[in-house]
Amino acid sequence: MSTLKYALFTGCTAKQSTPELLSSTLAVAEKLGIEITILEEASCCGASHLQDFDEFLAHVLNARNICYAEKLGLTMITICNTCQLNSAMTKHALDTDPELKARVNEKLAEVGLEYKGTSEIKHFLYTLIDEYGLENIKDKVQVPLSHLNIAPFYGCHNIRPSELHHSSNGGENPYNPTSLDQLIDALEGHPVDYDHKNKCCGFHVELQANHTSEVLAGNAMVDAIDNNADVMVTPCPLCHLKMDTYQDDVGKVIGRDIELPVLHMPQMVALALGCTEKEIGLNFHVQKATHLTA
Amino acid sequence: MSETKKVTLKTFRFNAETDYLPYYKKYELEVGKDELVLDLLNRIKWEHDGSFSYRRSCRHGICGACGIKVNGKATLACKQNAMELIKLFGDELLIEPQSKKRAVKDMIIDKKDFWDKHAAVTPYVVRDVPAHPEHETQMSPKQEHMFLDADLCIQCGACHYSCPALEANPDYFGPAALTAAYRFSIDPRDEFSDERLKTVGEMGQGVWDCVKCFECTEACPKDINPMEKITKLHNMQFERGVAESNVATRHAEGFLRGMKKYGYLDEADIVTYSEGYLGMYKHLGAAMKMMKSGKIHWHSGIPFIDSVPKIKHLDEVQKLIEISQTNRL
Repeated sequence: MSTLKYALFTGCTAKQSTPELLSSTLAVAEKLGIEITILEEASCCGASHLQDFDEFLAHVLNARNICYAEKLGLTMITICNTCQLNSAMTKHALDTDPELKARVNEKLAEVGLEYKGTSEIKHFLYTLIDEYGLENIKDKVQVPLSHLNIAPFYGCHNIRPSELHHSSNGGENPYNPTSLDQLIDALEGHPVDYDHKNKCCGFHVELQANHTSEVLAGNAMVDAIDNNADVMVTPCPLCHLKMDTYQDDVGKVIGRDIELPVLHMPQMVALALGCTEKEIGLNFHVQKATHLTA
Repeated sequence: MSETKKVTLKTFRFNAETDYLPYYKKYELEVGKDELVLDLLNRIKWEHDGSFSYRRSCRHGICGACGIKVNGKATLACKQNAMELIKLFGDELLIEPQSKKRAVKDMIIDKKDFWDKHAAVTPYVVRDVPAHPEHETQMSPKQEHMFLDADLCIQCGACHYSCPALEANPDYFGPAALTAAYRFSIDPRDEFSDERLKTVGEMGQGVWDCVKCFECTEACPKDINPMEKITKLHNMQFERGVAESNVATRHAEGFLRGMKKYGYLDEADIVTYSEGYLGMYKHLGAAMKMMKSGKIHWHSGIPFIDSVPKIKHLDEVQKLIEISQTNRL
């Protein structure tokens, strides 16, 4: 297999509250021989909130990020579902609307950039599965996760709207996604089957509709716990933040004790590939994942 | 491959007048490749149990009566090929009403909440027109295009009863009512838009309670994408100047504060700026836990101060914000 090379759009959380996401991503890439160039020029994707405030500005800033991947001639990979969604929505809007593309490029020209539409945008989860391949990952497993019941939590913005993701990212069926289950299988863990795996965690209304947010996170976590999950895994750091940081508050609203470690997808792979404790970075979790090593 | 498949329909049964609890009954059918879900519902009624109840009328995907859920997936029975669902979910299909808690009889639900929400957004053009106008009220093709596809809603309830925000907060308008609110607020003939936008901008019931899960977009049998209309309503709050400064609007606008300084969102600042210092107390517990686990950084020795890294070529982002920003709070 020729070496896979990607431009990594880190997003804000991997640079701030979830450093373990970045370190485990880089560690997995190194173990698998995937070459990563971090897009240090890339700004925040707007996380759908800037889009609510000023849609055009959000397109301009996301197009700028993509320009830097285009300059390298590489596929832009994301490690956050919401970064994936917002970057891909801008790409889709610009690639299908020449007038909008021209208006955006007029602004980008002011800083010497031009959006062309030459780079694909894909979540790291799907590059691992579709391009590196599950069979190849299986071959690299050093620490099988066979002692763990792992609840996959897919996160909305990698599976919906399916029309967008079908053209560029994973192509999951949002009513029956399978990628994380397959990945858990490949690492010899036991995927937990539960109804809420494809539901919303409530992160985006954490501030403005707190009760709704806690109820959604709680429903998912309780469902995973009741189906014997030892740990949850998600490709989205926003789902991670909601479910890891707010377990006490969520438990109070739901009326249940909730203790469930929430791993980032690359952390789970890093565990199975035998990466170092520092690279995996479990110390950064609020809900400590102490029982993960066999 | 055989053209038919043996399928079990595990079907929700309930009669609010006689049953204390709902139950599920299984029906085995040989399903043909061209059969619709509605055909299967008909066959349960005609071949197995005449008391089985569901709404249906046009059979053309236009009246919106036959909305149900199959394995949790919002389905307009007269439009959905059954074999596609069998491919997706296997040979046992779970047939349920759109909302189990609103079930009246089998698939038939009480949609009162749906219609109440719809009525609450004034879903029609409000305009003072002379009794004997001398010419039509004109609209350019470009203005008409702004409706997007919001006009195509058949009010089937698929999005409404798939919305988790509505499930958690019964006061929320939900995606169908908000799509109607967009349809009439963007109409150039309407003179009620500002009032309507204020109504749908109110905290606890309006657009700021949307959780952005795109369940509505996925559920819509007419491919309307209600989520897109909700985003347009968010934008219109600022474009028309009706947005009040509150935790949600500051949350949207406040992203730019960090982006201007660092290129990244300032995670701590967005919470303090959105909530205000008084509202911050709710987050102190979480903040302490995050600090303890190293999620909040201490680059400068003091938490929150200068803890955000800077992107390369920050000046480009600053310049682009300066020349591209169109809305203000």
